[in-house]
Amino acid sequence: MMIMATAITTDPMLPQPYSVREVAKETPDTFTLRLDPENAVNRSMFQPGEFSMLWLFGVGELPISISGDPSLHDRLVYTVRSVGQATHSLVNRGVGDGVGVRGPFGAGWPLEAARGRDVIVVAGGIGLAPLRPLIYQVLQNRKDYGRLVILYGGRSPRDLLYRKELATWARNRETQVLVTVDYGGLSWRGHVGVVTTLFKYSRLQPTRSVAMVCGPEIMMRFVTRELETQGLSRDDIYLSMERNMKCAVGFCGHCQYGPHFICKDGPVFRYEQIRNLLEKYEL
Amino acid sequence: METLERIITEHPFFAGLDCGFTNLMVSCAANVRFKAGAYILKEGDPANTFYLIREGKVAVEVLAPQHKPIIISTLSMGEILGWSWLLPPFQWKFHARAVDDVRAIGLDGKCLRTKCEENHDLGYEVLKRFAQIMEQRLEATRLQLLDVYAVK
Repeated sequence: MMIMATAITTDPMLPQPYSVREVAKETPDTFTLRLDPENAVNRSMFQPGEFSMLWLFGVGELPISISGDPSLHDRLVYTVRSVGQATHSLVNRGVGDGVGVRGPFGAGWPLEAARGRDVIVVAGGIGLAPLRPLIYQVLQNRKDYGRLVILYGGRSPRDLLYRKELATWARNRETQVLVTVDYGGLSWRGHVGVVTTLFKYSRLQPTRSVAMVCGPEIMMRFVTRELETQGLSRDDIYLSMERNMKCAVGFCGHCQYGPHFICKDGPVFRYEQIRNLLEKYEL
Repeated sequence: METLERIITEHPFFAGLDCGFTNLMVSCAANVRFKAGAYILKEGDPANTFYLIREGKVAVEVLAPQHKPIIISTLSMGEILGWSWLLPPFQWKFHARAVDDVRAIGLDGKCLRTKCEENHDLGYEVLKRFAQIMEQRLEATRLQLLDVYAVK
Protein backbone atom coordinates (compact mmCIF):
# COMPACT_ATOMS: atom_id res chain seq x y z
CA MET A 1 0.00 0.00 0.00
CA MET A 2 1.31 3.44 -0.87
CA ILE A 3 1.98 5.79 2.01
CA MET A 4 -0.14 8.84 1.46
CA ALA A 5 1.18 12.34 1.77
CA THR A 6 1.43 13.77 5.24
CA ALA A 7 -1.63 15.90 5.93
CA ILE A 8 -1.04 19.52 5.13
CA THR A 9 -2.73 21.66 7.71
CA THR A 10 -2.14 24.99 6.00
CA ASP A 11 -3.07 26.21 2.53
CA PRO A 12 -0.97 24.01 0.22
CA MET A 13 -0.35 26.96 -2.07
CA LEU A 14 1.03 29.15 0.70
CA PRO A 15 4.79 28.91 1.26
CA GLN A 16 5.89 28.67 4.89
CA PRO A 17 8.91 30.74 5.92
CA TYR A 18 12.11 28.76 6.46
CA SER A 19 15.71 29.91 6.69
CA VAL A 20 18.94 28.32 5.60
CA ARG A 21 20.77 26.87 8.58
CA GLU A 22 23.56 25.05 6.75
CA VAL A 23 24.85 24.45 3.22
CA ALA A 24 27.24 21.54 2.66
CA LYS A 25 29.01 20.77 -0.60
CA GLU A 26 28.53 17.13 -1.61
CA THR A 27 30.15 17.16 -5.06
CA PRO A 28 31.44 19.95 -7.35
CA ASP A 29 27.85 20.80 -8.40
CA THR A 30 25.64 19.29 -5.69
CA PHE A 31 24.86 20.75 -2.28
CA THR A 32 22.84 19.72 0.75
CA LEU A 33 20.83 22.44 2.46
CA ARG A 34 19.31 22.33 5.90
CA LEU A 35 16.31 24.60 6.30
CA ASP A 36 14.82 25.40 9.70
CA PRO A 37 11.29 26.78 10.15
CA GLU A 38 11.18 30.43 11.11
CA ASN A 39 7.90 29.82 12.86
CA ALA A 40 8.57 27.60 15.87
CA VAL A 41 5.15 25.93 15.63
CA ASN A 42 5.97 24.56 12.20
CA ARG A 43 6.88 20.92 12.65
CA SER A 44 8.63 19.50 9.60
CA MET A 45 6.95 16.12 9.26
CA PHE A 46 7.34 14.11 6.07
CA GLN A 47 7.40 10.56 4.74
CA PRO A 48 10.44 9.20 2.88
CA GLY A 49 10.05 9.87 -0.83
CA GLU A 50 7.94 13.03 -0.51
CA PHE A 51 8.99 16.36 -1.97
CA SER A 52 8.57 20.07 -1.26
CA MET A 53 8.17 23.12 -3.43
CA LEU A 54 10.93 25.56 -2.53
CA TRP A 55 10.09 29.17 -3.23
CA LEU A 56 12.96 31.57 -3.93
CA PHE A 57 11.65 35.08 -3.77
CA GLY A 58 12.15 36.84 -7.07
CA VAL A 59 13.53 33.74 -8.79
CA GLY A 60 10.90 31.03 -8.87
CA GLU A 61 9.78 27.77 -7.33
CA LEU A 62 11.43 24.35 -7.48
CA PRO A 63 10.21 20.84 -6.68
CA ILE A 64 12.92 19.16 -4.57
CA SER A 65 12.84 15.77 -2.86
CA ILE A 66 13.43 15.76 0.86
CA SER A 67 16.70 13.98 1.61
CA GLY A 68 16.94 14.31 5.40
CA ASP A 69 16.08 12.15 8.36
CA PRO A 70 12.27 11.88 8.84
CA SER A 71 12.70 11.44 12.59
CA LEU A 72 14.13 14.97 12.94
CA HIS A 73 11.13 17.29 12.98
CA ASP A 74 12.96 20.56 13.49
CA ARG A 75 14.35 20.80 9.97
CA LEU A 76 14.00 19.91 6.30
CA VAL A 77 17.02 18.78 4.33
CA TYR A 78 17.39 18.88 0.55
CA THR A 79 20.17 17.78 -1.77
CA VAL A 80 20.23 19.94 -4.88
CA ARG A 81 22.25 19.77 -8.06
CA SER A 82 23.01 23.19 -9.47
CA VAL A 83 22.02 22.92 -13.12
CA GLY A 84 20.07 26.09 -13.88
CA GLN A 85 19.27 29.58 -12.70
CA ALA A 86 16.87 28.57 -9.92
CA THR A 87 18.94 25.70 -8.52
CA HIS A 88 22.06 27.87 -8.76
CA SER A 89 20.30 30.57 -6.78
CA LEU A 90 19.13 28.02 -4.19
CA VAL A 91 22.55 26.48 -3.52
CA ASN A 92 24.07 29.93 -3.25
CA ARG A 93 21.77 30.98 -0.40
CA GLY A 94 23.73 31.95 2.66
CA VAL A 95 23.09 30.92 6.23
CA GLY A 96 20.09 32.88 7.51
CA ASP A 97 18.63 33.56 4.06
CA GLY A 98 14.94 32.90 3.65
CA VAL A 99 13.30 30.20 1.53
CA GLY A 100 9.59 29.53 1.21
CA VAL A 101 8.52 25.91 1.60
CA ARG A 102 5.29 24.32 0.41
CA GLY A 103 4.50 20.72 1.17
CA PRO A 104 5.44 17.99 1.75
CA PHE A 105 3.66 16.55 -1.28
CA GLY A 106 3.17 13.27 -3.05
CA ALA A 107 3.17 9.56 -2.32
CA GLY A 108 6.39 8.28 -0.78
CA TRP A 109 8.17 4.95 -0.57
CA PRO A 110 5.97 2.03 0.56
CA LEU A 111 7.53 1.31 3.94
CA GLU A 112 4.55 -0.78 5.00
CA ALA A 113 4.93 -3.06 1.98
CA ALA A 114 8.60 -3.48 2.86
CA ARG A 115 8.01 -4.48 6.48
CA GLY A 116 9.42 -7.93 7.22
CA ARG A 117 11.09 -8.15 3.83
CA ASP A 118 14.51 -7.44 2.36
CA VAL A 119 14.79 -3.91 1.01
CA ILE A 120 16.78 -3.36 -2.17
CA VAL A 121 17.66 0.27 -2.82
CA VAL A 122 18.97 1.04 -6.30
CA ALA A 123 20.10 4.60 -6.87
CA GLY A 124 21.79 6.43 -9.70
CA GLY A 125 23.47 9.82 -9.35
CA ILE A 126 21.43 12.31 -7.36
CA GLY A 127 18.69 9.65 -7.17
CA LEU A 128 20.22 8.61 -3.86
CA ALA A 129 18.85 11.80 -2.27
CA PRO A 130 15.12 10.84 -2.25
CA LEU A 131 16.11 7.36 -1.07
CA ARG A 132 18.19 8.53 1.89
CA PRO A 133 15.17 9.12 4.19
CA LEU A 134 14.04 5.57 3.45
CA ILE A 135 17.51 4.24 4.32
CA TYR A 136 17.40 6.19 7.62
CA GLN A 137 13.99 4.71 8.42
CA VAL A 138 15.09 1.15 7.72
CA LEU A 139 18.28 1.53 9.76
CA GLN A 140 16.42 3.13 12.68
CA ASN A 141 13.87 0.31 12.71
CA ARG A 142 16.23 -2.50 11.81
CA LYS A 143 14.20 -5.34 13.30
CA ASP A 144 11.17 -4.46 11.18
CA TYR A 145 12.97 -5.28 7.94
CA GLY A 146 15.13 -8.03 6.48
CA ARG A 147 18.42 -7.33 4.74
CA LEU A 148 19.11 -3.88 3.34
CA VAL A 149 20.94 -3.91 0.02
CA ILE A 150 22.05 -0.55 -1.37
CA LEU A 151 23.30 -0.47 -4.96
CA TYR A 152 24.54 2.95 -5.96
CA GLY A 153 25.96 4.09 -9.29
CA GLY A 154 27.52 7.44 -10.07
CA ARG A 155 29.28 9.10 -12.96
CA SER A 156 32.71 9.24 -11.32
CA PRO A 157 34.10 8.99 -7.78
CA ARG A 158 33.89 12.76 -7.28
CA ASP A 159 30.18 12.71 -8.22
CA LEU A 160 29.16 10.28 -5.47
CA LEU A 161 26.86 11.64 -2.77
CA TYR A 162 27.09 10.95 0.97
CA ARG A 163 30.37 9.04 0.76
CA LYS A 164 30.95 9.00 4.52
CA GLU A 165 27.41 7.84 5.18
CA LEU A 166 27.69 5.07 2.59
CA ALA A 167 30.70 3.74 4.52
CA THR A 168 28.79 4.04 7.82
CA TRP A 169 25.70 2.28 6.45
CA ALA A 170 27.86 -0.59 5.21
CA ARG A 171 28.93 -1.29 8.79
CA ASN A 172 25.35 -1.97 9.90
CA ARG A 173 24.35 -5.56 10.39
CA GLU A 174 22.48 -7.22 7.56
CA THR A 175 23.34 -4.30 5.28
CA GLN A 176 25.23 -4.55 2.02
CA VAL A 177 26.38 -1.41 0.24
CA LEU A 178 27.83 -1.67 -3.26
CA VAL A 179 28.99 1.39 -5.16
CA THR A 180 30.11 1.69 -8.76
CA VAL A 181 31.09 4.50 -11.10
CA ASP A 182 30.88 4.78 -14.88
CA TYR A 183 34.33 6.37 -15.10
CA GLY A 184 36.94 5.59 -12.49
CA GLY A 185 40.41 7.03 -12.31
CA LEU A 186 43.40 4.89 -11.42
CA SER A 187 43.15 5.92 -7.77
CA TRP A 188 39.58 4.56 -7.50
CA ARG A 189 39.69 1.06 -6.05
CA GLY A 190 35.97 0.33 -6.23
CA HIS A 191 33.81 -1.03 -9.02
CA VAL A 192 33.73 0.50 -12.49
CA GLY A 193 30.65 -0.18 -14.61
CA VAL A 194 26.96 0.69 -14.63
CA VAL A 195 24.78 0.08 -11.58
CA THR A 196 23.17 -3.02 -13.12
CA THR A 197 26.54 -4.79 -13.01
CA LEU A 198 26.35 -4.76 -9.19
CA PHE A 199 23.43 -7.19 -9.04
CA LYS A 200 25.70 -10.19 -9.44
CA TYR A 201 27.42 -9.36 -6.13
CA SER A 202 24.26 -8.60 -4.19
CA ARG A 203 23.01 -11.99 -2.89
CA LEU A 204 19.32 -11.16 -3.41
CA GLN A 205 16.39 -13.23 -2.20
CA PRO A 206 13.94 -12.08 -4.87
CA THR A 207 10.77 -13.64 -3.51
CA ARG A 208 11.11 -11.88 -0.14
CA SER A 209 12.39 -8.55 -1.40
CA VAL A 210 11.01 -5.13 -2.26
CA ALA A 211 13.03 -2.85 -4.55
CA MET A 212 13.04 0.97 -4.47
CA VAL A 213 14.66 2.62 -7.46
CA CYS A 214 15.52 6.23 -8.22
CA GLY A 215 17.75 7.72 -10.88
CA PRO A 216 17.68 8.82 -14.51
CA GLU A 217 14.75 7.22 -16.31
CA ILE A 218 16.93 5.28 -18.74
CA MET A 219 18.85 3.83 -15.84
CA MET A 220 15.59 2.82 -14.13
CA ARG A 221 14.45 0.98 -17.27
CA PHE A 222 17.63 -1.08 -17.29
CA VAL A 223 17.39 -1.64 -13.53
CA THR A 224 13.78 -2.84 -13.64
CA ARG A 225 14.69 -5.25 -16.42
CA GLU A 226 17.52 -6.60 -14.28
CA LEU A 227 15.31 -6.85 -11.18
CA GLU A 228 12.82 -8.91 -13.17
CA THR A 229 15.64 -11.11 -14.45
CA GLN A 230 16.69 -11.59 -10.81
CA GLY A 231 13.16 -12.85 -10.08
CA LEU A 232 11.43 -9.87 -8.46
CA SER A 233 7.75 -9.42 -9.17
CA ARG A 234 6.70 -6.19 -10.91
CA ASP A 235 4.46 -5.52 -7.91
CA ASP A 236 7.49 -5.43 -5.64
CA ILE A 237 9.39 -2.81 -7.61
CA TYR A 238 8.83 0.91 -6.93
CA LEU A 239 10.21 3.84 -8.91
CA SER A 240 10.40 7.53 -8.13
CA MET A 241 9.53 9.58 -11.20
CA GLU A 242 10.34 13.16 -12.03
CA ARG A 243 8.51 15.66 -14.23
CA ASN A 244 8.09 19.40 -14.29
CA MET A 245 5.95 19.98 -11.21
CA LYS A 246 4.36 23.38 -10.70
CA CYS A 247 1.33 23.41 -8.41
CA ALA A 248 2.22 20.12 -6.64
CA VAL A 249 -1.43 19.36 -5.87
CA GLY A 250 -2.73 18.01 -9.18
CA PHE A 251 -4.42 21.19 -10.49
CA CYS A 252 -2.16 22.53 -13.19
CA GLY A 253 -1.39 19.36 -15.17
CA HIS A 254 2.26 20.23 -15.85
CA CYS A 255 3.45 16.91 -14.46
CA GLN A 256 0.83 14.74 -16.13
CA TYR A 257 2.24 11.32 -16.94
CA GLY A 258 -0.30 9.30 -18.89
CA PRO A 259 -3.30 9.02 -16.58
CA HIS A 260 -1.26 10.06 -13.53
CA PHE A 261 -0.07 13.29 -11.99
CA ILE A 262 3.46 12.80 -10.71
CA CYS A 263 2.96 15.40 -7.96
CA LYS A 264 -0.19 13.86 -6.52
CA ASP A 265 -0.21 10.19 -7.52
CA GLY A 266 3.59 9.88 -7.31
CA PRO A 267 6.41 10.63 -7.34
CA VAL A 268 6.74 7.01 -6.17
CA PHE A 269 4.86 4.51 -8.32
CA ARG A 270 4.61 0.77 -8.37
CA TYR A 271 6.46 -0.38 -11.50
CA GLU A 272 3.41 -2.27 -12.76
CA GLN A 273 1.41 1.01 -12.70
CA ILE A 274 3.72 2.82 -15.11
CA ARG A 275 5.57 0.05 -16.95
CA ASN A 276 3.91 0.76 -20.29
CA LEU A 277 4.49 4.50 -19.97
CA LEU A 278 8.23 4.08 -19.45
CA GLU A 279 8.60 2.90 -23.03
CA LYS A 280 6.75 5.84 -24.58
CA TYR A 281 9.08 8.40 -26.06
CA GLU A 282 6.88 11.46 -25.80
CA LEU A 283 5.79 11.20 -22.17
CA MET B 1 40.30 -27.43 0.52
CA GLU B 2 38.20 -26.90 -2.59
CA THR B 3 39.28 -28.91 -5.59
CA LEU B 4 39.47 -27.42 -9.07
CA GLU B 5 36.80 -29.88 -10.16
CA ARG B 6 34.39 -28.72 -7.46
CA ILE B 7 34.99 -25.03 -8.16
CA ILE B 8 34.44 -25.47 -11.88
CA THR B 9 31.44 -27.75 -11.51
CA GLU B 10 29.70 -25.37 -9.11
CA HIS B 11 30.42 -22.20 -11.08
CA PRO B 12 27.33 -20.78 -12.84
CA PHE B 13 29.30 -20.38 -16.06
CA PHE B 14 29.65 -24.15 -16.33
CA ALA B 15 26.14 -24.98 -15.03
CA GLY B 16 24.48 -27.74 -17.02
CA LEU B 17 27.65 -28.65 -18.86
CA ASP B 18 27.98 -32.34 -19.75
CA CYS B 19 30.16 -34.21 -17.24
CA GLY B 20 32.67 -35.19 -19.92
CA PHE B 21 33.06 -31.58 -20.99
CA THR B 22 33.47 -30.46 -17.38
CA ASN B 23 36.27 -32.99 -16.90
CA LEU B 24 37.88 -31.64 -20.02
CA MET B 25 37.70 -28.11 -18.57
CA VAL B 26 39.26 -29.34 -15.34
CA SER B 27 42.12 -30.91 -17.29
CA CYS B 28 42.81 -27.47 -18.87
CA ALA B 29 42.65 -25.57 -15.53
CA ALA B 30 45.19 -24.39 -12.98
CA ASN B 31 45.13 -22.16 -9.91
CA VAL B 32 46.86 -18.82 -10.44
CA ARG B 33 47.58 -15.75 -8.28
CA PHE B 34 48.39 -12.16 -9.17
CA LYS B 35 49.75 -9.51 -6.84
CA ALA B 36 47.96 -6.16 -6.65
CA GLY B 37 49.13 -3.98 -9.52
CA ALA B 38 50.28 -6.88 -11.70
CA TYR B 39 49.08 -7.04 -15.30
CA ILE B 40 47.16 -10.23 -16.07
CA LEU B 41 46.63 -9.45 -19.76
CA LYS B 42 48.26 -6.94 -22.07
CA GLU B 43 46.78 -5.54 -25.24
CA GLY B 44 48.30 -7.17 -28.33
CA ASP B 45 49.71 -10.19 -26.50
CA PRO B 46 48.62 -13.66 -27.65
CA ALA B 47 45.34 -14.63 -26.00
CA ASN B 48 45.77 -18.19 -24.88
CA THR B 49 44.21 -18.25 -21.41
CA PHE B 50 41.04 -17.06 -19.77
CA TYR B 51 40.34 -16.68 -16.08
CA LEU B 52 37.63 -17.42 -13.60
CA ILE B 53 38.16 -14.89 -10.81
CA ARG B 54 37.89 -16.39 -7.33
CA GLU B 55 38.99 -13.47 -5.21
CA GLY B 56 40.00 -9.85 -5.73
CA LYS B 57 39.18 -7.25 -8.31
CA VAL B 58 40.51 -6.86 -11.87
CA ALA B 59 40.44 -3.58 -13.82
CA VAL B 60 40.02 -3.80 -17.58
CA GLU B 61 41.94 -0.88 -19.04
CA VAL B 62 42.43 0.79 -22.36
CA LEU B 63 45.52 2.81 -23.12
CA ALA B 64 45.12 6.20 -24.72
CA PRO B 65 48.16 8.11 -25.96
CA GLN B 66 49.38 10.82 -23.57
CA HIS B 67 46.83 9.76 -20.95
CA LYS B 68 46.85 7.52 -17.97
CA PRO B 69 45.16 4.15 -18.62
CA ILE B 70 41.36 4.41 -18.59
CA ILE B 71 39.48 1.80 -16.58
CA ILE B 72 36.46 0.73 -18.60
CA SER B 73 35.15 -1.89 -16.21
CA THR B 74 36.06 -3.98 -13.21
CA LEU B 75 35.49 -7.68 -12.70
CA SER B 76 35.29 -9.47 -9.36
CA MET B 77 34.66 -12.81 -7.73
CA GLY B 78 32.80 -15.29 -9.89
CA GLU B 79 33.32 -13.44 -13.16
CA ILE B 80 35.09 -14.52 -16.32
CA LEU B 81 38.03 -12.52 -17.62
CA GLY B 82 38.96 -12.77 -21.30
CA TRP B 83 37.31 -14.05 -24.46
CA SER B 84 39.81 -13.04 -27.14
CA TRP B 85 41.29 -16.54 -26.95
CA LEU B 86 38.11 -17.74 -28.65
CA LEU B 87 38.11 -15.53 -31.73
CA PRO B 88 40.79 -14.72 -34.34
CA PRO B 89 43.30 -13.11 -34.24
CA PHE B 90 43.57 -14.52 -30.68
CA GLN B 91 45.12 -11.37 -29.25
CA TRP B 92 44.06 -9.40 -26.17
CA LYS B 93 42.24 -6.18 -27.00
CA PHE B 94 42.69 -4.57 -23.57
CA HIS B 95 44.92 -4.58 -20.55
CA ALA B 96 43.71 -6.27 -17.37
CA ARG B 97 45.33 -5.32 -14.06
CA ALA B 98 44.89 -6.80 -10.60
CA VAL B 99 43.48 -3.99 -8.42
CA ASP B 100 44.18 -6.04 -5.32
CA ASP B 101 45.62 -9.51 -4.79
CA VAL B 102 43.75 -11.81 -7.16
CA ARG B 103 43.19 -15.53 -6.99
CA ALA B 104 41.81 -17.14 -10.12
CA ILE B 105 41.55 -20.29 -12.11
CA GLY B 106 43.35 -20.01 -15.41
CA LEU B 107 41.95 -22.13 -18.24
CA ASP B 108 44.08 -23.04 -21.22
CA GLY B 109 42.16 -21.42 -24.07
CA LYS B 110 44.52 -22.62 -26.74
CA CYS B 111 43.95 -26.24 -25.75
CA LEU B 112 40.21 -25.65 -25.42
CA ARG B 113 40.08 -23.97 -28.83
CA THR B 114 41.55 -27.06 -30.46
CA LYS B 115 39.09 -29.31 -28.64
CA CYS B 116 36.18 -27.07 -29.69
CA GLU B 117 37.24 -27.45 -33.33
CA GLU B 118 37.39 -31.22 -32.92
CA ASN B 119 34.10 -31.48 -31.04
CA HIS B 120 31.45 -29.02 -32.19
CA ASP B 121 29.06 -29.97 -29.40
CA LEU B 122 31.66 -28.71 -26.95
CA GLY B 123 32.32 -25.70 -29.20
CA TYR B 124 28.61 -24.82 -29.20
CA GLU B 125 28.36 -25.11 -25.40
CA VAL B 126 31.40 -22.89 -24.91
CA LEU B 127 30.25 -20.30 -27.47
CA LYS B 128 26.75 -20.21 -25.97
CA ARG B 129 28.16 -19.38 -22.55
CA PHE B 130 30.57 -16.76 -23.81
CA ALA B 131 27.87 -15.21 -26.00
CA GLN B 132 25.80 -14.63 -22.87
CA ILE B 133 28.67 -12.86 -21.13
CA MET B 134 29.33 -10.77 -24.25
CA GLU B 135 25.65 -9.82 -24.43
CA GLN B 136 25.61 -8.71 -20.76
CA ARG B 137 28.78 -6.68 -21.15
CA LEU B 138 27.62 -5.13 -24.42
CA GLU B 139 24.40 -3.99 -22.75
CA ALA B 140 26.33 -2.57 -19.79
CA THR B 141 28.71 -0.78 -22.16
CA ARG B 142 25.80 0.74 -24.10
CA LEU B 143 24.27 2.04 -20.90
CA GLN B 144 27.68 3.37 -19.84
CA LEU B 145 28.02 5.19 -23.17
CA LEU B 146 24.71 6.97 -22.59
CA ASP B 147 26.40 8.88 -19.76
CA VAL B 148 23.05 9.02 -17.99
CA TYR B 149 24.23 11.08 -15.02
CA ALA B 150 25.57 13.96 -17.09
CA VAL B 151 23.72 17.28 -17.09
CA LYS B 152 21.73 17.36 -20.33
